[in-house]
Amino acid sequence: MKQILGWALNAAAQPGVSYVDARIVDNRSRSLATKNGKVSHASDAESLGIGMRVLADGAWGFAASDDLSRAAIESAAARALAIAKASAQVKQQNVQLAPEKAVTAQWATPFQIDPFTISIEQNLDLLLKIDAEMRAVPGVTLAETSMNFHREEQWFASSEGASIHQTKYSTGAGYAAYAFAGTEIMKRSYPNSFGGQWQNKGYELIGELRLVENARRVAEEAVALHKAEQCPEGILTIILDSSQLGLQIHESVGHPIELDRVLGMEANFAGTSFLTLEKLRKLRYGSELVNVVADARQEHGPGLGTFGFDDEGVPAQCTPIITNGLFTGYLSSRETAHTIGEQRSGGTLRAEGWNRLPMIRMTNISIRPGEKPLTLEQLIGDTDDGVYMETNKSWSIDDKRYNFQFGCEIGWEIKKGKRTRMLKNPSYSGITTEFWNSMDAICSSDAWTLWGTPNCGKGQPQQVMGTGHGAAPARFRNIRVGSAYKGN
Amino acid sequence: MLTRERAGEIFDRIRKYATTDEVEAYFYGGRSALTRFANNVIHQNVAEENYGVSVRTASGGRTARASTNKLDDESLKRVVLASESLAKVQQPDPDLLPMPTPQERDSAFGLRRSSIPARYFAETAAITPDDRATGVAKIVGVANQHNLTTAGIFSNAESVEGIFNSRGLSDWHTQTSAEISVTMLAKDSSGWQKSNSPDVGNLDPLALAEIAARKAIDSATPREIRAGKYTVILEPAAVLDMVGFMFWDFAGQSILDERSFLNNRIGTQLFGDNVNIVDDIAHPLQSGSPFDGEGMQRQHVPLVENGVVKRVVYARATAEKMKKSEYAGKVGPVGATGHGFLLPNEMGEMPVNIVFGEPEHPQTVERMISSTERGVLVTRLWYIREVDPYEKILTGMTRDGTFLIKNGNLSGGVRNFRFNESLIHMLSSVESMGRLVRASGEESFDMVVPAMKVNDFNFTEVTKF
Repeated sequence: MKQILGWALNAAAQPGVSYVDARIVDNRSRSLATKNGKVSHASDAESLGIGMRVLADGAWGFAASDDLSRAAIESAAARALAIAKASAQVKQQNVQLAPEKAVTAQWATPFQIDPFTISIEQNLDLLLKIDAEMRAVPGVTLAETSMNFHREEQWFASSEGASIHQTKYSTGAGYAAYAFAGTEIMKRSYPNSFGGQWQNKGYELIGELRLVENARRVAEEAVALHKAEQCPEGILTIILDSSQLGLQIHESVGHPIELDRVLGMEANFAGTSFLTLEKLRKLRYGSELVNVVADARQEHGPGLGTFGFDDEGVPAQCTPIITNGLFTGYLSSRETAHTIGEQRSGGTLRAEGWNRLPMIRMTNISIRPGEKPLTLEQLIGDTDDGVYMETNKSWSIDDKRYNFQFGCEIGWEIKKGKRTRMLKNPSYSGITTEFWNSMDAICSSDAWTLWGTPNCGKGQPQQVMGTGHGAAPARFRNIRVGSAYKGN
Repeated sequence: MLTRERAGEIFDRIRKYATTDEVEAYFYGGRSALTRFANNVIHQNVAEENYGVSVRTASGGRTARASTNKLDDESLKRVVLASESLAKVQQPDPDLLPMPTPQERDSAFGLRRSSIPARYFAETAAITPDDRATGVAKIVGVANQHNLTTAGIFSNAESVEGIFNSRGLSDWHTQTSAEISVTMLAKDSSGWQKSNSPDVGNLDPLALAEIAARKAIDSATPREIRAGKYTVILEPAAVLDMVGFMFWDFAGQSILDERSFLNNRIGTQLFGDNVNIVDDIAHPLQSGSPFDGEGMQRQHVPLVENGVVKRVVYARATAEKMKKSEYAGKVGPVGATGHGFLLPNEMGEMPVNIVFGEPEHPQTVERMISSTERGVLVTRLWYIREVDPYEKILTGMTRDGTFLIKNGNLSGGVRNFRFNESLIHMLSSVESMGRLVRASGEESFDMVVPAMKVNDFNFTEVTKF
């Protein structure tokens, strides 16, 4: 692979070219799913190719090819160069890259069990066992399970001398029970909705998730929701479970801190951000309890945003994003770091695959757990009147990331410190900074989970990436609840 | 480009390597390029070439799929083996059908292939990076002229899609596409336009830029008006992004899975009697492959007539399951319609060439505005998600050009709204519609839809801009 990368770098080294990098990526994935007692999906996929960035006449060009022959590489390099020169026709300033020491390095996801070594039969047996548990509950009308494995091997080289070889594994699994009756379709998912839980781990994750053990409870809850009261509407105290708080972080912290959005580079599609540059180190983003980091390092945990180096060769870092409630950092790249006065990239440039241009992506954007020991039950015990909401059902936020609305699969009324009756269709909405400033309690590290969001879309052509979000259950005061159903 | 002849040769090799009763190969790929601009400069500019094959093997009621973008012998052997390995450990599925033959495909042929217009345009395939830069420069020129900042894309692609199976069926489709999307940003407002066509000759970067600029200028200094129920005029892109959320439900499998909002509602008056919807691959403004994931021809399917849901679409196996189900006789005509996804899959099928009925008395957006005493003009919607699957309540935001209408005139920009609106209610409250256009949004696939004037649209909150 190094020889092929050498062909790419040499072919692109033409007059006017100030920088070149190339990535060969070999992706492999396995996807298994069941529905109502049958295998509904079984597939393997592999994809191998090269993508190269060329900075010529101060502007970018990118070309990608599935053909790794020398002639094809040279042709792709020429295409990238021609594209860069076309870009230079509509520019104002030359692209500047923050300096980065070129390294030769290897990195791999630590894992115990290679998921591709586990027999397909064993995986399908597990999924069908979960499926049977769910369908044993009267009233369940649809049961779905899924399991996914991914392996990405990447070779990166740059004209500055970097040479980095990384291998990443990720594993995901989850399931959902549906109950249709009358005029309502109710759903409960485990461990999370929309694909379950994902981490950069091997097959050991599957055992840790206790999938079979929770299947019957989840199915029973889906059926029981039909008899539950509608979640009340009003200004209420809410407690969010850690998976919902993870998505709240993703949408109302993770996206607005992307510096490319802030600088207007995503204005046509993903949108911009309310976090304009003058707000750095001045905006009170949240209450004193809110501490958020962007941490791609292995020591943060096996998140989908964990790696050794980003896709322009910058080592994984931890950036404080919100410190005791104060907004303190953005996600940056070599091209954008100078706009916030930084001498170095924050190391967040990533691409979906060999055929996509790396762009600023969330790494692991996580809220720190509370320092004082606090379990979920203790937090509920400390709440006089409110609603506890679990597992995301719907999510939406405006294109500057101010106004959001989330729906959850299930809610529980809290009265005088006790979890009382089940509530259906809980939802809440608000304005990002008002919401985070209303957080008055967060559970401690025992209740903290590093969730994986495998389906984050951004860019044109759109790229779907995995991000990590560590979170613990937390309490928010004076939140608007129930407007999703208002007027309908 | 990968040709049908080369794909046929590759399939012959795949067939030789397979040990199962049946084998199918689906080919995909092409060349694509996209020039992206923001802050009045080109900041990202990419090109890609990639081809792949996805192999499905089937034997004794078991099937699975494996895909690769490497077409050498070793990779083909590996992908066939992977597919067979995934299939052979499964329990037999009595609902799995033999792969279709050409005779079965042709007997279900409800559409003359010659009626489908050409969708490959050499001029679109031949667009160069310099051509795209020239188009972007025109858009930037409009932005500069109006003292605005622009962002967007200009893309073009040529693609192939082909299917071969061991029972003799084969089909091939090539097409081109071009797309321009333009956002114009002012200090506290923005405007947007987007257009997509197989023929780049149908795209006019200057016209799109001028409309987007006018929206940004006219919506400047937006004021906050109270959330509530309003008469809204949804431009075609907004209509498309809303209605796109219901077509997963127009699938036989979705009915069988009891997760469709059409369960127990087919044959009833669900929408206003001015709403008609068909799935029509042959419509001159449509695009896409004329065959489905098994190679069956996409048929013309009337989905909604005068507000009554008449039928849904089917893959072959779904149609057979439906005939044996408790829903048979309650869901309109049942039979394969050529809308199946690649097998195996969870969702079955979906209509993907949506065409709304041309209204009897189409109105221009200007006419809709002039007949509105108080309402809101919506250019575009954003981040739409489903709140309630059976009442089909959707939430989302307005974006890039939201205007107050007072006494029949636009009366300046307003801060963007969050809506929580039932699609059933929305399509039951359409007062008037415009002429059909090929619309392109961000939340759904391209469709042929009109602008709509809708009464009592439910805005629940207002954001900060």
